[in-house]
Amino acid sequence: MDFTIILQAGIASGTVLLFATIGELFSERAGVLNLGVEGMMLIGAMSAFSATIATGNPWLGVLVAMFFAGLISQIHAFIVITLQADQVVSGLSLTFLGAGISLVLGEGLSKAGTVSLLPNFSIPLLSLIPIIGKIFFTNQSILVYVGYLLVPLSWYYINRTRPGLHLRSVGEYPSAADALGINVFRLRYFYVFIGGMLAGLAGATISLAVSPGWFSELTTGGQGWIAIGLVIFAQWDPIRAAVGAYTFGALRRLILDIQGPLVLFGFANPFYYNPYLGFFLQMLPYLFTVFVLVIGSREAMRKRIGAPAALGNPYVRGERGK
Amino acid sequence: MAESTVVKKGRASFKIRVEPRLNEPPAWYPAAVSFGALIVALILGGILISLAGGDPIRSYLHIAKASFGDSGVLSDTIVKATPIILAALACSVAFRMKLWNIGAEGQFIMGAFGASAIVLAPVLPAETPRIIFIPVMMMAGMAAGALWGFIPGYLKAKFNVNEIISTLMLNYVAVAWVNFWIFGVWTEGGFQMSPKFPATASLPRLLEYAEAFPILRGLTTHLGLVIGVVAAVILWFIIFRSRWGYEIRLIGDNPHAAQYAGINITQNIIWVMMLSGALAGLGGMSEVAGVVHRLQTAPVAAGYGFTGIIVAWLAKLNPLVIIVASILFGALILAGREIQPSGVPKMIQGIILVCLIASDFLLRYRIVVERGEE
Amino acid sequence: MTKQPSSATEIPLIVEMRGIVKRFPGVLANDHVNFELKRGEIHGLLGENGAGKSTLMNVLAGLYRQEAGTILVKGEPKVFSSPRDAIKSGIGMVHQHFMLVPSQTVTENILLGLDEPRFIMRLPDYDSKIAELGERFGLKVDPRAKIWQLSVGEQQRVEILKMLYRGVDVLIMDEPTAVLAPQEIEGLFITLRAMIAQGKSVIFISHKLQEVSAIADRVSVLRKGVATASGVASKGVSRQELARLMVGRDVIFALDKKPGKPGDVVLDVRDIYAENDKGLPALRGLSLNVRAGEIVGVAGVAGNGQSELSQVISGMRECKQGQVLLGGDTVSNRTTLFGIQHGMAYVPEDRTHVGSAPNLSITDNVIMKQYRKPPILKNGLLDMKAATKLATELKQAYDIVVPNVSTPVRLLSGGNLQRVILAREISGLPSFMVAVQPTRGLDVGAIEGVHRLLLTQREAGAAVLLVSEELEELLSLSDRVYVIYEGKIMGEVMVEGREQDEALVDTIGQMMTGTPLDQIQNEGVAAHG
Repeated sequence: MDFTIILQAGIASGTVLLFATIGELFSERAGVLNLGVEGMMLIGAMSAFSATIATGNPWLGVLVAMFFAGLISQIHAFIVITLQADQVVSGLSLTFLGAGISLVLGEGLSKAGTVSLLPNFSIPLLSLIPIIGKIFFTNQSILVYVGYLLVPLSWYYINRTRPGLHLRSVGEYPSAADALGINVFRLRYFYVFIGGMLAGLAGATISLAVSPGWFSELTTGGQGWIAIGLVIFAQWDPIRAAVGAYTFGALRRLILDIQGPLVLFGFANPFYYNPYLGFFLQMLPYLFTVFVLVIGSREAMRKRIGAPAALGNPYVRGERGK
Repeated sequence: MAESTVVKKGRASFKIRVEPRLNEPPAWYPAAVSFGALIVALILGGILISLAGGDPIRSYLHIAKASFGDSGVLSDTIVKATPIILAALACSVAFRMKLWNIGAEGQFIMGAFGASAIVLAPVLPAETPRIIFIPVMMMAGMAAGALWGFIPGYLKAKFNVNEIISTLMLNYVAVAWVNFWIFGVWTEGGFQMSPKFPATASLPRLLEYAEAFPILRGLTTHLGLVIGVVAAVILWFIIFRSRWGYEIRLIGDNPHAAQYAGINITQNIIWVMMLSGALAGLGGMSEVAGVVHRLQTAPVAAGYGFTGIIVAWLAKLNPLVIIVASILFGALILAGREIQPSGVPKMIQGIILVCLIASDFLLRYRIVVERGEE
Repeated sequence: MTKQPSSATEIPLIVEMRGIVKRFPGVLANDHVNFELKRGEIHGLLGENGAGKSTLMNVLAGLYRQEAGTILVKGEPKVFSSPRDAIKSGIGMVHQHFMLVPSQTVTENILLGLDEPRFIMRLPDYDSKIAELGERFGLKVDPRAKIWQLSVGEQQRVEILKMLYRGVDVLIMDEPTAVLAPQEIEGLFITLRAMIAQGKSVIFISHKLQEVSAIADRVSVLRKGVATASGVASKGVSRQELARLMVGRDVIFALDKKPGKPGDVVLDVRDIYAENDKGLPALRGLSLNVRAGEIVGVAGVAGNGQSELSQVISGMRECKQGQVLLGGDTVSNRTTLFGIQHGMAYVPEDRTHVGSAPNLSITDNVIMKQYRKPPILKNGLLDMKAATKLATELKQAYDIVVPNVSTPVRLLSGGNLQRVILAREISGLPSFMVAVQPTRGLDVGAIEGVHRLLLTQREAGAAVLLVSEELEELLSLSDRVYVIYEGKIMGEVMVEGREQDEALVDTIGQMMTGTPLDQIQNEGVAAHG
C-alpha cells in the first residue's frame, strides 16, 4: 500500500468534515447549537448534484447547495432564536426534515448518471515538496484548496477582527453585546446561516468531488454527526478543527483501502480473505469519534475550557427579574 | 420579550403583543396546541408533496384508508405502532432527565440482536416451550439494549462526554455489529439474514386463535402490543409515583436543585440510560420475535428509534399518551410505504417535529391582539 | 408629584423625562414618572427593590421602550430603540450585573460594538489609549487583563471606562456600591466627583439612604412605580423624610431580638481550603464555628469566598484541606445527602437555579428533602396525597400567596419563592441552617418576614449561619459576625448591644478590605477569638 496516496485521498475526504465542522463552529461560537448538520449536508449534496445535472455546471451546483442548506438552517434559527425553543430538539428535527426533503426531491437522482465534476489540479512548486507536496498539493479538488484557505481565515476572523469580536461576545455574553448596540438576534441568524452554507458546501464536496453521486442517506453516512463531535474535540478552535477533520478523513480512506491488497505488512490481509471482518473496520470512525470525545471532554474538564458560555441558551431581551 | 407590532388594516389598527404567560394555561390547552401543530404540519407536508408532483389530498386519504380502513389494516397499523411505543418510551424516560438519548435506534437493534442470540447461538434449543423461550428472549433483549445505553451513560457520567454524539455513533456501530453476525456467522445461504426462528421463539399472534374466533383471521397483531402497553403503564408509575421517578423529574428540571436535594446525579445518568436502553432493546426483541422472525438488518434498523424521538415529544413525554401517538405514527409509516416518492413519511415526520417544537412557544407566551387607539 | 425643585433653572437640563409609563406583564413598573437631570450634578434615584428605578433608567438607556411619555435630551425629543441610540445621545448606563465578557480582555470589552476599528483590530494601539483615559478619571486598570482575572471593583471601573470611551455626558450607575467595600466606595465617589468636575452628569441609583445623602446633589424617589419626590436638594431633606417617601410608612429598624443563649458548638469549620469554579483558590484556611441558638453572620464584599464556603458546608463543593464538622460528624467531602440527613438546612444564594425546580409544582418543590422518608414515602412509592397535604399546610403557615399548590414555582414572585424554600428548609426541623443572601431582591415586607423566620429558628435552638452583603441586616440579626476577605477570616466581633455602633461598622469595613482585626488600632472594639 502506498500511504501517501491514501493520505492524499484522506485529505480530500477530510475536507468534507472540515467544511461541516467549521460551519458548526461558527454557529456554536454565536451561541447556537445546530444538530441538524447531517440534514443540511444531505440537502447540500442532493441539491448540488441535482443542479449540476440540470445545468451541467458544477459551480452552480455548489452555489445552489450552499443556498438551500443555508435556507433550511434558517428554520432552526427561527425556532431557537425567535421562538426560543430547545436547541437540541430543534436541531434533531432539522436532521429529519433535511433527510426527508432530500429523499423526496432526490428521488430518481441516483440513476441520473454522471455529471461534470469540479476540477482537480496540482499547485506548481508546492507539489514538488517530497511527501507533503504529494499528499496536500497534488491533483486535489479545488475545494480542498478552498479548505486550506478557510482554516487560517476563520481563525483570523474570529480572533483578530471586529466582527469576530462581536461573534465571540454574542456567544459568550449576549446581553453585554446587546447593551452595546450589537444586534444579537441578527448575528445569531447570520452565523447559523453561515453554518448552514458551509454544511451545504460539505454536502456538495461529497456529491461533486469526493465520492460523486447521490446515494440517499448513505451519501453522508453520519459525517454531520462526526462534525459536531469534532467541534467539541476542537474546543471551538478552527486550527484544531482542521487537525481533527483531516485525521478523520485519512482514517475513513484507510478503512476503505485496507481491504484491497492481498498482503498487508508482509502478512496475508485478513480483511481481504474474510470480507465480513470489514464490518469491524466500518465501526472504527464511529468508535474513534467517541474516543476523541472522551479525550476532548477530559481535557476540557482539566483545563476548564468551556463551550461558549451562552451555547444552547436563547437570548431573551430585557427579561424581568434578572 | 414584550415586542409589539402594529398592523394597519384599512381603518382599524390592531396591536399584536407577545407576552410571557403568568398563569398556567387550562389543562386542555397543551393538547390543543399539539393537535394544531399536527394539522399545520400536515398542511405544510401537503404543500411539499404537491411541489414534488404528488397529490396531497389523495396521499392523505390513502394514508387514512390504508391504515384504519378495515380490521386487517388496523391490525397492521398496530403491528407498526408496537416497536414505536417501546422506542418512544425509551426516549421519553431519557428526555425526562434531559439526557438526549438519540441512540434508541442502536439500542433497539442491539435488543433484537440479544434476543436473536438466544435462538441462534443457540442458548436454548428450538424445542424449548414458548413460555420459557419468550421471557428469556425478553431478558436478553433488554440486557443487550441496557448495555448499549450503559456505555454512553457511563461516558457521560464519568467524563462528561456529550451523549447526543456518543449514542448516535453507537447506532452505526450496532448496525455494523449485527451485519457482521448475520453475514459472517449466522448467515442463511450467504444472504445477509439469519435462518428463520422456530415457532416456539415467536410471540403469539391474534391469527393463531382464528379457529376459535374466526374474526381474528389474518390479524398479525402480536403479544408485543401487550408488552408495550404494560411497559407504558409501569413507566408512568415509575415517573410519577416512585421515589426514583421523582429524582428523574427533579434532575431533568434543574440538576443543581437535584444535587442540592442530595440526589446522586452521575449514578442516575447511568441508571436512566440503562432503563432507556432496556426499553428500546425490548422493542427490538418484540420486532424480531413478533414480526421479522429472523435477524435481518433492514427491517429491524428501519428507524423506529428515530420515530420514537418524535413520538415521545409529541406525547410530551407522557408514557400513556405515547401509546396513542405511536398508533398515529404507525399508520403514517405503514401507509407511507406505498406513497411515492418514498421519502414522504420521513419528511412528514420531520415537519411534524418542527411544528411541534415551534408550537411550544404558545405554551410559554401568549399572543394578545388588541384594538389600536389610533 | 409631591415636591418641585424650589430654585429656578439657571443650570440647563440635560435630560428630561416626562410622563414615562412602562408596563410588564402583571406589573405597572413606571406610572407617569417625570425625571429631570441638570448638567454637572450627581442625581440620586432612591427607591426600594422593585420600585421601578432600574426600569426607568433602562428606558433612558434605551434598553426598554416606554409605552407612553417622552424623553428630551438637551431639550430635543429623542426616541431610543436601543442602548446604542442612547449612547449616541450621550447617555450610558453601568448595570448592577456587569455586562462584561469574562473571556475577553479589558480593551476588547471596551471596543465591543464600536464602529472603529472597522475590521482588523490592532489591540496594542487601543490598550494605550484606554490606559490614558483611565488615568484622567482615576480609574486604574490593566487594559490587557482578561475580565475574569479582575476583582469586582476593577470590573466596575472597566464598565465606567466603557462609557467614558464612548464619550457619554450622562452616566447612570445602577446600585454601584452593592459590590464594593466601604473603602472602595470612597474611591468610586472620588471618581464620580472627578467626572462632575469635567462637566459630566451622573445618575446614582440606590436603595441606601445614607449613600445617596452623602454623594447626591439632588434626589428623586420612586415608590411602586410612582415618583414621590422629584429633584429635591439633598441638603434640604432629612433621612427620615426620604425613608418615608421610599416606603410609604415609617421604617421600623429594630427587630424584636431576644438576648441570645448560645449552647454547644453545632457547626465547626476547621481550617478549610477550596477552589472556585475556575480552579483558583477561593478559601484559604478558613475557620469558624456556630453554636446552638445563635445567628452568626459572615460579612464581606461579594466574591470573597462566601458562596464557596456555603457550598463546602452543604457538601456541594470539594474541600481540599481541613474539615467541617456538624454535631461532631465530618460533613465536608461527603454527599449532600449526608448533611441533609444530619439536620442541615441550606437556603442557597440562587433561589431559581439552585433552590428550586422551576417547572415542578410547589408540592414537588417542598418534598425535595423529605421524599425519602414517611409520610411522603409509603410502601416504596410516593404518597402524593400526603405530599399535597404537607404543601397545603406550609402554604398556609408561611403565607405563600398562590391559588393552589400544583402551580409550577416559576410563576411565583421572588418573595413567595423564598417563602417556599424557607418553608421547606424549616419544616425539616434543622439543627443547623446556612442561609446565603436570604433577602436579596425582596421587598421590605418580605424581608421582615424572612428576618422573623430566621430569629424564630434561633429561638428554637437551631444554629444559623447567615451570609449576607447587607451589613445592616447582619448587625440587626447576628449575635456574632465574622468578616471574610479573600477566603480568610479577618476577624470576629460580638454584636449584641452594639447594633448602632459606628466604630463597629468602621472596624468591619476595614476588615472587609483586608485588614486583620489584630492590626486595627481601635480602642473599644475588643473582641474575642
